[in-house]
Amino acid sequence: MSAIDTWVAEFKARSAQLPGAGLPWLAARRQRAIERFADEGWPTRRHPRWQHSSLAFMEQQEFAAASGAGDAAAALAALRGGEAGHWMVFIGGCFNAGLSDIGALPAGVLIQSLAEAMVQRPDQLEAAFGEADDGDSPAALNTALAADGAFIHLGRGIALEAPIHLVFIAGAEERSRHLRNLVIAEAAAEASIVEHHVGSGTAASLTTAVTRIQAGADARIAHLKLQQENEQTIHLASIDSVQARGAHFASHSLSFGARLARNDIRTRFEGEACEALLNGLYHVDGRRHVDHHTCIDHARPNGSSREFYRGLLDGNARGVFTGRVVVARDAQRSDAMQRCDNLLLSRQAEADARPELEIYADDVKCSHGATVGEIDEDSLFYLRSRGLDEIHARRLLTYAFAADALERITLLPLRKRARAALLARLPGGELLEELL
Amino acid sequence: MKTATPARQIDSFLEQEYSAGFETLLEADTLPKGLSEDVIRVISAKKGEPDFLLQWRLEAYRHWLTMTPPHWAAVSFPEIDFQDIVYYSAPKKKDGPKSLDDVDPELLKTFEKLGVPLHERARLAGVAVDAVFDSVSVATTFQKELGEHGIIFCSFSEAVKHHPELVRQYLGTVVPPSDNFYAALNSAVFSDGSFVFIPKGVKCPMELSTYFRINARDTGQFERTLIIAEEGASVSYLEGCTAPMRDENQLHAAVVELIALDDAKIKYSTVQNWYPGDKDGVGGIYNFVTKRGDCRGARSHISWTQVETGSAITWKYPSVILRGDDSVGDFHSVALSNHRQQADTGTKMIHMGRNTRSTILSKGISAGHGSNTFRGLVRIAPRAEGARNYTQCDSLLIGDQCAAHTFPTIEVRNPSAQVEHEATTSRIGEDQLFYAMQRGLTAEDAVSMIVNGFCREVFKELPMEFAVEAQKLLGVSLEGSIG
Repeated sequence: MSAIDTWVAEFKARSAQLPGAGLPWLAARRQRAIERFADEGWPTRRHPRWQHSSLAFMEQQEFAAASGAGDAAAALAALRGGEAGHWMVFIGGCFNAGLSDIGALPAGVLIQSLAEAMVQRPDQLEAAFGEADDGDSPAALNTALAADGAFIHLGRGIALEAPIHLVFIAGAEERSRHLRNLVIAEAAAEASIVEHHVGSGTAASLTTAVTRIQAGADARIAHLKLQQENEQTIHLASIDSVQARGAHFASHSLSFGARLARNDIRTRFEGEACEALLNGLYHVDGRRHVDHHTCIDHARPNGSSREFYRGLLDGNARGVFTGRVVVARDAQRSDAMQRCDNLLLSRQAEADARPELEIYADDVKCSHGATVGEIDEDSLFYLRSRGLDEIHARRLLTYAFAADALERITLLPLRKRARAALLARLPGGELLEELL
Repeated sequence: MKTATPARQIDSFLEQEYSAGFETLLEADTLPKGLSEDVIRVISAKKGEPDFLLQWRLEAYRHWLTMTPPHWAAVSFPEIDFQDIVYYSAPKKKDGPKSLDDVDPELLKTFEKLGVPLHERARLAGVAVDAVFDSVSVATTFQKELGEHGIIFCSFSEAVKHHPELVRQYLGTVVPPSDNFYAALNSAVFSDGSFVFIPKGVKCPMELSTYFRINARDTGQFERTLIIAEEGASVSYLEGCTAPMRDENQLHAAVVELIALDDAKIKYSTVQNWYPGDKDGVGGIYNFVTKRGDCRGARSHISWTQVETGSAITWKYPSVILRGDDSVGDFHSVALSNHRQQADTGTKMIHMGRNTRSTILSKGISAGHGSNTFRGLVRIAPRAEGARNYTQCDSLLIGDQCAAHTFPTIEVRNPSAQVEHEATTSRIGEDQLFYAMQRGLTAEDAVSMIVNGFCREVFKELPMEFAVEAQKLLGVSLEGSIG
């Protein structure tokens, strides 16, 4: 059972063994977080941010270890495919040094596991770790139980060329994984960080993941998340970024797996002239559910944000998007644009969209748009007039709809990777590969 | 220097006073403050209601007791003490007016001052009016002419007396008493309102209109409007409202239900000009209203047009349930909030029938410290094959202390549906003002021209007299907002 008290009990049993248990500030935060979680419980429809994604069922949900999960090394090899870069691998929520390949790093760059960082640099961690009050109750559960993840520190002006890959593979022994990644980029640093969440088998388990990013002045951080968990997993994640003056943050969220996936993506402009790109693509089928909840906080003037989400919904699936843009008082000359488009591929699929604008300044340019529909008959007709049969024409149009999101990933190897992940999901993907 | 002069001009323009803010001194029959089952029984007895209605009220009241006031809207106000409100106040009358000549001349003067055509000149205006003063309807014009067509247009109390079967059949079928906190309160204590029944195949020959006036101190106004258009019938209905200027807030919690059967058409237009409070936000009406239309029949059409310039707080979502196949719902809205006004308004379009269509056009204007929120829901049910929705909501910001929010929700469960939503936010640019002014317009004319242009798509949906009224109102309400 996943009732609240089972988690509280788990916390009691594990808290003394959690990495960093000896740090008083961390122990206190974890304690407060579990109390908050126990107090608030799983969010239900009554919660304004969870109206379309109730977690009330979690009270009855059984989670089990994925005994018989495939060989992690083989899974990793298949995923990596010989690609260079800095690879950190986590099995069942714990860093695995043997499978990882961090490689050579320029001076001023530090990549290590969170558990290690807790021992080596607790002071730096204290400021970056996050508070018990951050996010909603699933984030509080993560704060209480997070045992490992990546700690990345980029020194001033350093541009890391190859992407940092964080691979989270569901293990064979745990029923839940709680990951926390901390990224600190000093002024003018540049890096791309890729999170892979993969799992095989059919066991229902829980992943909670929190990624916190601090982008210093003029830093450029791209974050790409490929969520391909097994189709029974519950995946509750959040990405929080704060941007200093002139910083650029790009988030690409590709959500294909899990029975229920929820991503809270927030970024806050703490300096002037920040830029943000929030890009997302989701494809779900069966009875699965995916929810992206984004918030861009234009707290300072001259910021610019672009947001594009695309959803493909098949079977009885449900796709939810909430995009909030807040323009604070005096955040003049803010420019925010947001779009959410959904394609319904079956009669039973459902798409919900809530594009929200909250504006307290007058010299702003803000717009949002949302659409939901099925494949355009005219386009279909056009392709068929060109000799494609209906099935292929449909597949091609479906791919074309999704490909828009891929185009926004600027780093080519990552775009290729995202494209492969998408094609692997779409029916007739191999054929499409030939067509394209 | 460049902007100093227009700024000052616009300041004075924005500070124009609320012109309907006078109070009429009339002897009134008023219940003491407070709410209990006894109060409800007294209201019901005063109106000589049949027992089913009393029981209906009591049931609503008992349900209301179990509810808590909602807090989700983007508005803030102190908790309302529901025991500190007078739930019934009526101008004292001897025997009830048989015709307009029997109506208290003070009352007539009030409506005269407000420009509401109650008297013979109404004939020229060609509008039938039901005037509601505090808790009761004081006069309804043109009843005879309408009666010849089989149209029933009367106060709600009269409808209860003369057509209880219709009231019983339709009351609460669109907005059930348990719908929400304020609807439950209204169901328990509603005092009067308008009742319209357009029989099968009849096109109402004139515009019907209700004019609501809150006059007495400490009162809440809880009116209930019920409009039924039978198969093939059509009607255009207008609603206007004002209240005196007072320092304390007054509650207005109305319920409006529209029912359109096969091929029927109902057009409902509102120009809401309740007292908005002064420029520091003291006083004003809390306008918490539930309005909903039910397109029950195939090919029926319900259209809401609203111009919301008054009230300290406006909190309402005129909605349409598109139950019948091929039915159509429209929502056209201009909401303006100046000084400390807050408006949280929008609509719900619930598509249930096949090939149902809806259009939402919302124009929000925020000025001064005003806050304006559009909140909407478009839901496409699984069997709403071929449903279509287009939503556009635009916000205009005047001044850097105001706020504009948009919270639309889209829920689509049918792949053949086409749902589109667009929203933009902009402000009156200095360059726009400069351009207009170098053409010889004063600053206030320039602003009012730009604002009217922004709202034009909605104004053109209003009947002529109302459109003129609305434009003037917008000019007045904006005074004091630019600086």
